[in-house]
Amino acid sequence: MAMEKITRLPVPTRRQFVRSVIYGGLAFYGLPAFARAGKPPLGHVVVVGAGFAGLTAAKYLREWSMGNLKVTLIEPNPQFISCPQSNLVLGGSRTLDQLSFSYDIARKQHDLHWIRDSVMSVDMANKQVKLTRGSLSYDRLVLAPGVDFNYSKIPGMPSPVENIPHAWKAGKQTLQLRQQLESMPDGGVFVMTIPSGAYRCPPGPYERACQVAHYFKQHKPRSKVIILDANADIVSKKGLFLQSFNGAYQGMIEYHNNSEILQLDTGSKTIKTDFETVKADVLNVIPPQLAGKVAQVAGLNNVDQRWCEVDFVSYASTLQSDVHIIGDSISAGLPKSAHMATSHAKVCAAAIIELQSGHAPNPLPVFANTCYSFVDDQQAMHVANVYRYDPAKKSMVSAEGGGVSAKASLQEGEYAQAWAHNIWADTLT
Amino acid sequence: MQRFTVTLVWVCFTLATFPAQAEELALTSTRTLAASCAACHGPNGNSLGSTPTLAALNQQYFIQRMQGFKDGSVSSTVMHHHAKGLTTEEVTAMAAYFAQQPRQTPQPLPHQSFLGAQ
Ligand SMILES: Cc1cc2nc3c(=O)[nH]c(=O)nc-3n(C[C@H](O)[C@H](O)[C@H](O)COP(=O)(O)OP(=O)(O)OC[C@H]3O[C@@H](n4cnc5c(N)ncnc54)[C@H](O)[C@@H]3O)c2cc1C
Ligand code: HEC
Repeated sequence: MAMEKITRLPVPTRRQFVRSVIYGGLAFYGLPAFARAGKPPLGHVVVVGAGFAGLTAAKYLREWSMGNLKVTLIEPNPQFISCPQSNLVLGGSRTLDQLSFSYDIARKQHDLHWIRDSVMSVDMANKQVKLTRGSLSYDRLVLAPGVDFNYSKIPGMPSPVENIPHAWKAGKQTLQLRQQLESMPDGGVFVMTIPSGAYRCPPGPYERACQVAHYFKQHKPRSKVIILDANADIVSKKGLFLQSFNGAYQGMIEYHNNSEILQLDTGSKTIKTDFETVKADVLNVIPPQLAGKVAQVAGLNNVDQRWCEVDFVSYASTLQSDVHIIGDSISAGLPKSAHMATSHAKVCAAAIIELQSGHAPNPLPVFANTCYSFVDDQQAMHVANVYRYDPAKKSMVSAEGGGVSAKASLQEGEYAQAWAHNIWADTLT
Repeated sequence: MQRFTVTLVWVCFTLATFPAQAEELALTSTRTLAASCAACHGPNGNSLGSTPTLAALNQQYFIQRMQGFKDGSVSSTVMHHHAKGLTTEEVTAMAAYFAQQPRQTPQPLPHQSFLGAQ
């Protein structure tokens, strides 16, 4: 939209804006000014995907612009299901119901325009997204589609197979995998494969191994967990996970590194690697991953044709300055986590508000990040860092002083539970 | 260190060139940083769980705790890993920011049973 229009509409003055930040931020929040005036003074932002990244961006775009941006969210799913803690469903200490949430509060509270649909393509020249039904114009676009799976990279399993779930997006497959573990006889073998290269939630697979072993220990003590990791070593919290693998779960979890799948027979659930042939009773293949489909269709996955390169000051695509990309889809030397996704979203929202107001965004964003993992039903451990933008490297770099827990503990289990409740509240209310 | 100096000079330059915006930029960047604490401390510092609430915390107390996490005189499970990565200026600015946040009873989470669609 044209800039002149901005001055004519009831935008809070810069001073008011500053003051509202000082006095609690929320003071100005209420009925959007443009609801009466007709046009959103700072324009229209379309957000694709209501996961951790997209929903957080939508909320803060509205809150921090004090209602002066119109925000439309496009999401096909009827409700929010949390991946964090979904491994605990496999372990038996959570139900999927406990991880399922309504979008209604966020939608109403922040006056988000909501379209239950999928974006099929983006017409960047005309600033429009194409949905399965109709199309929509934007001033700025935020893509937050999470990850897509690349089955073509799995020898012997070129497409999804019904009884071999990934359970790497929480939902039906989480329940299916839990069901398979329940039906498996004592003495059976659970095999999980981990892809090489970047994937969503680096510690997630090892947390999953612990959760499955926790269930086995209580209900199927003669059973085994075999991890076939395509990576050279445990990718995250290595020392801490080894404490569990060699401690509480000794003899139950086998960790095999450099174990890329050479051939997979889906019928017999048998996997051949460089070193061995392993037969599973329950097989969990975590597929190689790349940026969500819509980012691929838009041609914005310019790093190894997998991830999207962005400017970390605004999260604008390096290929298209009015399309911002946040969450798991981006290329970054940073873990793909829910906490990260919400931080991208907040930096991006703040930057979009500045850009739409004709100002430069904060050139040096900083945020805190933590990832907790549960090793059983009650004990957890963390990896935590502050990240700050390094203009010379053009990337977010971890500040000194970060690190991991000395060991998993009950106290951190409580804090990890608090983390989940607080990040859900931050995203969903 | 050299990179830090270059960065610092650049920031000072940016801020000096646009004095009118400097104040606001400092505020919005503090607000963005403070918002990244929400994952553990709740929206606007109002926690739903066993992590402490930061909203309306006394500024001096906030700074003392953060300094203590940094130098190890206050024991912590995780905060030393955050406090050590933050500058004194950032801590001071966040202390002022959180002191201004109203203490509120957090809204309940919008739990809903699994609908089976995804
Ligand atoms: C087992 C497991 C455990 C995890 N544990 C943790 C943890 O403890 N802590 C942590 O920080 N992180 C954890 N994670 C990682 C975390 O879940 C992800 O990093 C996070 O969900 C990324 O957020 P996102 O918004 O990028 O993607 P998502 O949350 O996946 O959201 C993407 C959304 O976009 C929608 N979408 C996709 N394409 C379209 C389209 N074309 N049109 C419209 N909408 C679309 C999808 O339906 C979805 O709702 C875990 C992940 C897994 C799998
Ligand atoms: C991973 C979760 C996590 C994150 C992220 C986090 N904190 Fe904390 N914070 C805690 C926990 C847990 C404690 C209690 C001390 C401990 O065990 O580390 C705490 C304690 C504190 C305290 C002391 C409060 C009191 O009443 O004693 C302050 C101040 C604080 N945090 C500030 C911050 C700020 C500022 C940020 C963001 C830059 C932040 N925290 C990010 C988990 C977190």
